[in-house]
Amino acid sequence: MTPTSAKPELRDPAWLGRMFWWLAAAVILWPLLKLTEFKPSLLFEPGALKPTWHFLTDFFPPKLDAEFLIMLVRETWRTVAIATAGLTLAMLLAIPLCLLSVRVLSISALNGRMAFLPSVARQAIRSVLIVLRSVPELVWALLFVRIVGLGPTSGVLAIALAYSGMLGKVYADILESGEPHATQSLLRNGTGRLQAFFYALLPQTAAELTSYTVYRWECAIRSSAVLGFVGAGGLGQQMDSSMKMFNGSEVCSMLIVFMLLVWLADKISAWLRQGLA
Amino acid sequence: MKSNKSPTHSNTSFKVVAPKLFDAHCTACWFVAAVMCLMVASFWSLDLQWAQFLTWSAFQKMGKFIAELFPPNVEPAFLKKLFVASLETLAMSALGTILAVILGLALALPASKSHAEDPARWRSATRLVLNALRSIPELVWAAMLLITVGLGPFAGTLALALHTAGVLGRLFAEAIENAPASPSFALRTRGVGVGRVFMYATLPQILPQLLSYTLYRWENNIRAAAVLGVVGAGGLGQMLSYHLGLFQMRETSSVLIAMLILVAIVDALSYASRKFLER
Repeated sequence: MTPTSAKPELRDPAWLGRMFWWLAAAVILWPLLKLTEFKPSLLFEPGALKPTWHFLTDFFPPKLDAEFLIMLVRETWRTVAIATAGLTLAMLLAIPLCLLSVRVLSISALNGRMAFLPSVARQAIRSVLIVLRSVPELVWALLFVRIVGLGPTSGVLAIALAYSGMLGKVYADILESGEPHATQSLLRNGTGRLQAFFYALLPQTAAELTSYTVYRWECAIRSSAVLGFVGAGGLGQQMDSSMKMFNGSEVCSMLIVFMLLVWLADKISAWLRQGLA
Repeated sequence: MKSNKSPTHSNTSFKVVAPKLFDAHCTACWFVAAVMCLMVASFWSLDLQWAQFLTWSAFQKMGKFIAELFPPNVEPAFLKKLFVASLETLAMSALGTILAVILGLALALPASKSHAEDPARWRSATRLVLNALRSIPELVWAAMLLITVGLGPFAGTLALALHTAGVLGRLFAEAIENAPASPSFALRTRGVGVGRVFMYATLPQILPQLLSYTLYRWENNIRAAAVLGVVGAGGLGQMLSYHLGLFQMRETSSVLIAMLILVAIVDALSYASRKFLER
């Protein structure tokens, strides 16, 4: 109904605005659909339906024989182990970098502005952390698979590098968000920076730091399960090979194990973080 | 020198007792012990090839690998391909998010108990579906969809949509349940139907929240879309795995730089918009 409609009770005051938004949506959507080659009809082509149907019917029953289950348990443990080892190395890298970049621990900043050299050094370390963090762990894994070969080593290294960036940056943010008074008075009275960190800065923020690390551990488990798709070991690698062989029953049991693992990690991390809060 | 004899005003010498290393009553001790065990077991059970990356020859290999990345390929023809792939990544993430909002909202309605008398029969069933959608990562969805729709950005878009629908559906359902109840109660007591109560009372209240969740997920999805292609689902990731697979290292480094720039732009935009909204 146009706004100039004769009958006042049929007049639609929002007509123009609505038309505008519909048109705008169409103009934005069209290139999106083109670029993503969006063809839902592909889903229902007989050539696509048959393998899909075959794959999905193969899902039930999931494969449950003993040998396969033992393999699954082993790979699940490896997934957790890759995440834990990666996160450990990430912390080893993140903690020194974070301590070097924290502005609260600067002695020259105690009286006014930080001196030129320390502030440049801190900024440089921050940008290293940003670069480490903005390359996705999957890309790190691809590169490391090329360098050290297939297997869990590249997964561990990928998680270590990507997560050291995230941990280092967030650790530094947490340390700087704390109350600086205690730290500053220790520094003013001549303690070293490490002493000031251990006796003033760390006790304030320890719970928050641990809680964030536990949360990141949960994320690392999720990503280490996926890293296997590029050949970095763990559950993902097995899932990838089963999918390439169209083995639905194996994929189904792996998906179930995968969901259980994610759910368990989520519960454990929530429980731990609740205890820390 | 009689102060030693009178106990009333002596400087009592305090004995510093070192804390015990482990105490069965201390939860933190158990936590630390468990973490230590987990770490040791992890390193012990994984056959990590330290030699592969800690020896001199490994460092040389790594140096050679990095040296091969330079200089990045900046031929105009290749840059154009890179630009198209970046646009494809953006389009995948945007369309995936739009589809996820539609699907997520459709699932959030049965998954939420909007008022006390609402029977919400489908609540636990749809929540199970949402959890399943959510707990399978985009990359696994993409790998499975490749079987159905073949290589290309369409599989990636659908994969993003399915995973994000799970995430958004749950957030939307919680937003619906936590919306202030009085406007919808007012409409319901006057006999207005369920659909119109949602459209005119609940939705207007939660719309800002839905929008901010959606934007946040879109930001995540751009990052995810950049790497999804690694399994063959289009965008920058597909170019990366293609050129890396063919040992074309100069092209690889251009793709990596494009990825970093894309992520940096998204980060900057989201930071700026958050600052703008906070004002």
